[in-house]
Amino acid sequence: MIWLFISTGLFLGWSLGANHAVNVFGTAVVSRMVKFKVAATVAGIFVILGAVFSGAGASRTLTELGAVNELAGCFTVALAVALAVTWMTGLELPVSTSQAVVGGIVGWNLFTGSPTDMASLSKIVSTWVVCPLLSAIFAYGLYESATFVIRRSRLHILHLDAYTRIGLLVVGAFASYTLGANNIGNVMGMFVAASPFENLDVFHMFSFSGTQQLFLIGGIAIAIGIFTYSYKVMVTVSDQLFKITPLAGLIVVLAESLVLFLFASEGLEAWLIGHGLPSIPLVPLSSTQVVIGAVIGVGFAKRGRGINYRVLGRIAIGWITAPVAACSISFVALFIVQNVFEQKVVHLVPYKITPDVVRALTKEGIPPGPLAKLSGRPFLGSANFRQALRGQQRWTENQLFLIFSYSELDTIRVDSALVPRVFASAPLSAGQAEAVKKLHRRLFVHRWQVVQSLVDSCDEWKPRSGRGTEILNKELKQRRELLFTAFRIQR
Amino acid sequence: MDLLLRRTRELELQIDEYLDIVVRGALLFKEGVKYYIKGQADQFEEHVVLIDQMESRADSLRRSIETRLYLETLIPEFRGDVLGLLESSDKVMNRATETLTQFKVESPEILEDLKPMFMDLTDSTTAAVESMVLAIRSYFRELEKVRDHINKVMFYENESDSIGDKIKRLVFSKDIDLSRKIHMRYFVSHIEGIADEAEDVCDRLAIATIKRHL
Repeated sequence: MIWLFISTGLFLGWSLGANHAVNVFGTAVVSRMVKFKVAATVAGIFVILGAVFSGAGASRTLTELGAVNELAGCFTVALAVALAVTWMTGLELPVSTSQAVVGGIVGWNLFTGSPTDMASLSKIVSTWVVCPLLSAIFAYGLYESATFVIRRSRLHILHLDAYTRIGLLVVGAFASYTLGANNIGNVMGMFVAASPFENLDVFHMFSFSGTQQLFLIGGIAIAIGIFTYSYKVMVTVSDQLFKITPLAGLIVVLAESLVLFLFASEGLEAWLIGHGLPSIPLVPLSSTQVVIGAVIGVGFAKRGRGINYRVLGRIAIGWITAPVAACSISFVALFIVQNVFEQKVVHLVPYKITPDVVRALTKEGIPPGPLAKLSGRPFLGSANFRQALRGQQRWTENQLFLIFSYSELDTIRVDSALVPRVFASAPLSAGQAEAVKKLHRRLFVHRWQVVQSLVDSCDEWKPRSGRGTEILNKELKQRRELLFTAFRIQR
Repeated sequence: MDLLLRRTRELELQIDEYLDIVVRGALLFKEGVKYYIKGQADQFEEHVVLIDQMESRADSLRRSIETRLYLETLIPEFRGDVLGLLESSDKVMNRATETLTQFKVESPEILEDLKPMFMDLTDSTTAAVESMVLAIRSYFRELEKVRDHINKVMFYENESDSIGDKIKRLVFSKDIDLSRKIHMRYFVSHIEGIADEAEDVCDRLAIATIKRHL
């Protein structure tokens, strides 16, 4: 049954591989600089590596946007996204899987009544605009530098050809890695919250998390897509999009891979933060739009030759049409799967506004009056809770997000004896462990209460503010999640 | 990677050798015509044999380069242009060889007062071929210089045309047999033809250069 549910994700993966390998090896293969079999092998291997080892960052942003928490729900959302992409491709409308996935998840949020994290949504949407621009700038700079170096070095055309060939292969491998890292979120990101896989400890040498196993399967699906269908796409699409020389193609792929890398690498994020620089949001991007940006950048470097400005307009239309279509299809499909096929598309989360919740929310600036009226009443499922809240007054999506976060019920009994095993690979500090010990045997019904109690007894559990603290806060968050998972009695 | 670069280097050397042969062929042609005009038969005969050997060597090198370019799918974008350039420059070489051989076969009688002009015509034709080879070399390494060399080819081609016209006018103003006049004009046209072939190569080269810029 699990495989049936994951199948839509795998189909999305196959489609991603089939349609997006052109962005990595299109020019190289069509210009016969690199043989298709070589290109497909390199792309397949590196896509899988990228997905497994660097895929977590970008897909986490999707999970933050909306945690689809039932396998049937994931199946339906992925199916809706695949349908939207296929439908829009049939209508010859510009479409990006990354953008359709966002629409699909928001559709799930709307259907289930779950609040959408507007901060994550705006972060994602802003990258859609920024990324093609950024890749255009990169491509412009890289093209100018490359032509300067080639002119200076007086390379023979045959040598240039050899270096371009090697470059296309190396950069193609890097681009495949970054494509896997950045786009695996589109394929498997929505399955993360409902992942059926357990963490594996491989010979006590390294651990292979459930998410990584999920990403491995997704990566293999992408690789199969590359092997089975990408050649046809390369031959058909390359002429429309990439009628450029192999050297320009190399620059385009390099610019694309750099942008995808920037928006997928947790290592780079840590480095930027460590050096006091602003970090880059890790978000799945549309590789096609990034490539179009790069092609335009190269066009500008050639003094505006061969730029089709209408393509820009089509991209902008895609920012709206793809998510809206996927969102609508997702909503309708979830309705059908739930009511016609009687499948559980959402795990009903319990909510309750307790006096503690009201106090905590008041501190966050939420008016206590309407909340107090609902105090003590249990609600099952986001839709019911949202309806009850709406009955009191109009709330903004941000306010709702806060109320949902604080009111969610959980049952957590702290057992400090589990700490050494849970944190075997990254032990807690003495202070942190002591704080957990102090809470031994205590029972909590809200996760934030556990956090609050830990912070009250030890400063080291407190999230820091200011620049350069993002990584520390991320680690703290991961540790808290580990505690919740270990101490949870039931949900 | 090493293998790829080694193969590339070998082919690069072959192309360079081919272009060297074209230049040497042009110089042999120039020397051969001079020896013919000066009446130094032995040296002339020697040059006819040498240019013939050069031409055969150029042909086999060109075929080898063409085969390798296709078999190893090198420079796929510009392969057609490069082959076109090699083939058309081979025509220049063939024309020079053929003209020198005709000197040997037909032994045209060059009037004494026209001999210096024949020498000038040969010089400017050879200069056109030399500049053509430089232009082709630049196409491979320094695109920016192609234009300068093409301009020189055009200049020498014009020069040879005007010298050729002058010789023809003088020949036809002479009081000699029409057959001798026509014979001399025939050789003037043949020598001019070499520069014309060089100009054709450059026309091709100009387009190929634009394509590489795009």
